[in-house]
Amino acid sequence: MDPVIRIKNISYTYPDAPGPALNDVSLDIWPGTFVAVLGSNGSGKSTLAKHLNAILLPAAGKVLVDGMDTIDEGSLLPIRRRVGMVFQNPDNQIVANVVEDDVAFAPENLGVEPGEIRRRVDAALRQVGMYELRLHAPHLLSGGQKQRVAIAGILAMDPQVLVLDEPTAMLDPQGRREVIDTVEALCRDRGITVVLITHHMDEAARADRIVVMDKGRVVMDGAPREIFPQAEALRALRLDVPDTTELLRRLNAAGMRLPADALTAEDCAALIGEALG
Amino acid sequence: MLKDITLGQYFPGDTPVHRLDPRTKLLLTLLYIVTLFLVDTWSGYLLVGAALAAVMAVSRIRPKAMLRGLKPLVFIIVFTAVLNLFFTSGEDYLLRWGIIKITRTGVRRAIAMVLRVVLLVAGTFLLTYTTSPLAITDGLERLLSPLKKLHVPVYELSLMMCIALRFIPTLVEETDRIMSAQKARGADLETGSLTQRARALLPLLIPLFVSSFRRADELALAMECRCYNGGQGRTRMKQLRFSWADAAAFALGGLLLAGVVLLRRLGL
Amino acid sequence: MSLMELRGLTHVYSQGTPFEKTAIDNIDLTLRHGQTVGLIGHTGSGKSTLISHLNALLKPTAGTVLLDGEDIFASKASMRAARFRVGVVFQYPEYQLFEETVFADIAFGPKNLKLDQGEIDRRVREAAAFVGLGEDTFRQSPLELSGGQKRRAAIAGVLAMEPELLVLDEPTAGLDPAGREDLLEKLFHWREARQASVLLVTHDMAAANRCDRLIVMDHGRVAMDGAPEAVFARGDELTAIGLDLPAAAHIARLLRARGIDLPPSLYTLDQLTEAILALWRRKGGTPC
Repeated sequence: MDPVIRIKNISYTYPDAPGPALNDVSLDIWPGTFVAVLGSNGSGKSTLAKHLNAILLPAAGKVLVDGMDTIDEGSLLPIRRRVGMVFQNPDNQIVANVVEDDVAFAPENLGVEPGEIRRRVDAALRQVGMYELRLHAPHLLSGGQKQRVAIAGILAMDPQVLVLDEPTAMLDPQGRREVIDTVEALCRDRGITVVLITHHMDEAARADRIVVMDKGRVVMDGAPREIFPQAEALRALRLDVPDTTELLRRLNAAGMRLPADALTAEDCAALIGEALG
Repeated sequence: MLKDITLGQYFPGDTPVHRLDPRTKLLLTLLYIVTLFLVDTWSGYLLVGAALAAVMAVSRIRPKAMLRGLKPLVFIIVFTAVLNLFFTSGEDYLLRWGIIKITRTGVRRAIAMVLRVVLLVAGTFLLTYTTSPLAITDGLERLLSPLKKLHVPVYELSLMMCIALRFIPTLVEETDRIMSAQKARGADLETGSLTQRARALLPLLIPLFVSSFRRADELALAMECRCYNGGQGRTRMKQLRFSWADAAAFALGGLLLAGVVLLRRLGL
Repeated sequence: MSLMELRGLTHVYSQGTPFEKTAIDNIDLTLRHGQTVGLIGHTGSGKSTLISHLNALLKPTAGTVLLDGEDIFASKASMRAARFRVGVVFQYPEYQLFEETVFADIAFGPKNLKLDQGEIDRRVREAAAFVGLGEDTFRQSPLELSGGQKRRAAIAGVLAMEPELLVLDEPTAGLDPAGREDLLEKLFHWREARQASVLLVTHDMAAANRCDRLIVMDHGRVAMDGAPEAVFARGDELTAIGLDLPAAAHIARLLRARGIDLPPSLYTLDQLTEAILALWRRKGGTPC
């Protein structure tokens, strides 16, 4: 199997910036996986995300989406159709006054035939659990609902990859749960590749793979259970570890011998329960 | 509060009026306005008013909602009335007190003008209450599409209008929020001379501009990500098709016009 | 001694219309001098409406707010006075920045207080120091600052008014983990140094953990009010109204469900670690 996105040694510097935002980054994104990208503010996460669908073009190196080079202008629409992007502010990505009309925006742009658009819009709204509210005005929805509409708007393009740039940063815990549950289900049930940029460790813990960025480089790359036990290294990067991993680390530091890689509260409680039981 | 503004608000519903093609509703609104300006008899106003009430009943728009919509226009309505009441020339005085003269014609004209303004506004409200802004822009776009041949960017214009409408509530909310934040820092937006007040608006206007530009930037990016590429080669999920209901609506509209013209002829 | 007292505070939006909504419903609360109070509750529970009454931005439908025993809604003057004694930092305060320089923006509040230039200067410098903004930023446009710096400049603008009660609505929203921790640290330090009171509206349980007292709102009413250990001990009720528990309280709950005997008042990682280790040592476990 080939990676759906192949990033080869890309670098990028914003005009007038003192240093590069991306510095020789290479990464393969495999189809159907859930990848979380972590990094403090200014680590280059968003810049990386914008390279995945040719919003930004690398100054050096290459980004291949499904074999197509993002630098190739003729591939622009096919690339954007395959790699959809959801942003942080839910208010600033909804175009239309009615939920279903907004979801139809992308397939309409792509010239999809009307009956097919209707089918895709309904399917997308069902997948994110917003079908019942399809005739509502977006500004009356909660933050989590708006983000789900934004996700549906991308799904209606029938994409292979869903890139989300801090989609939960402006949401309350309930909204965060809604969005992350939706995203995870799309990956697990529909096989959509997910690239999730986040500041929330508990969200990253649900991914298959975590990529940690710092100063425009990839500094860690592995499964959550490999990454999170490295608490010291993460803290040095202005990041954090989930409380579960931190608890196990402290207990082990005091002499208990527990596997350090449990991520969910349930797994963590099971391990401790056994040790004390 | 700013939130109470209902101008151009849409009340979703599924009545025969809601279901009409937006082009039909746009054209009928135009026809209604023409009809209204042809009215010159009390019975004519009665007929138009009855027609409006009938459409309101069918579309389940409550009189209360209509009144709330008219509220911001009270000033204009009163102004129209006063203007006509005091400044209509004539000799059939009802009242003369110094320079204040009220004539019979003045009273009649004031009432007629108020009726006309209220009926006009209520009629257009009926359009926006029963038709989503998107459908209105969509209808407009299609009615104007012959202009595309003259290289008028009809689609782009209608998209601009649609986005502007979409962001009105967002910006109203934002204005409220920034106003609260600045008041919390002791900003005084309500007292002082006119120039003082204009200056006092800067803490509100500057953040609003900055954030609008940011929003525009982000929205443009999001649209690009959704393959926006101008109007060329675009399709539509919702196809507009005239149905029998539209034909019937046009017939009823024609009937109203004919009724008004007839009453005018008969001078009733 | 009580600083602020809310008596039967009720606010109904769009009263008399079909959109009528009771946002807060007959709330009685007393905030004491020097307290750090956390206000939690999901979106729509009435938190934002509540805080807009504390500095008289909103007038109650019924009930009142007393500041040092005086009704803040008594007159225009008292409402304005309350605005200066109770500082409110709204969500995403960086959107309120508007002056040409950072210094001028922080000085906006003190200027409205009609202080003399020397005092304004002192307050701006002190507030900037509290939030960790260096003097090198003073001449910059606030728009040139980084996201985190903008947030801190906006908060400094309220700190410079030297409020007796500082109300913050989700001050850490959208920051990275280190940024969140850093900002909380600075705010707690300010409270300590100024001997002021703080009301912190938050979804972040790590922040709620550090308060002296927690108020939980639900459907416009106060659902719980007490020390964090007392509130977090009522885990079932909190989850029932859709709120998260701090991770430590959540794990402790799961362990108790497994029959492990942990005290009910655990809510920090430190406490949980201690309690687990104590049980483990009692079982004969020894450090290796």
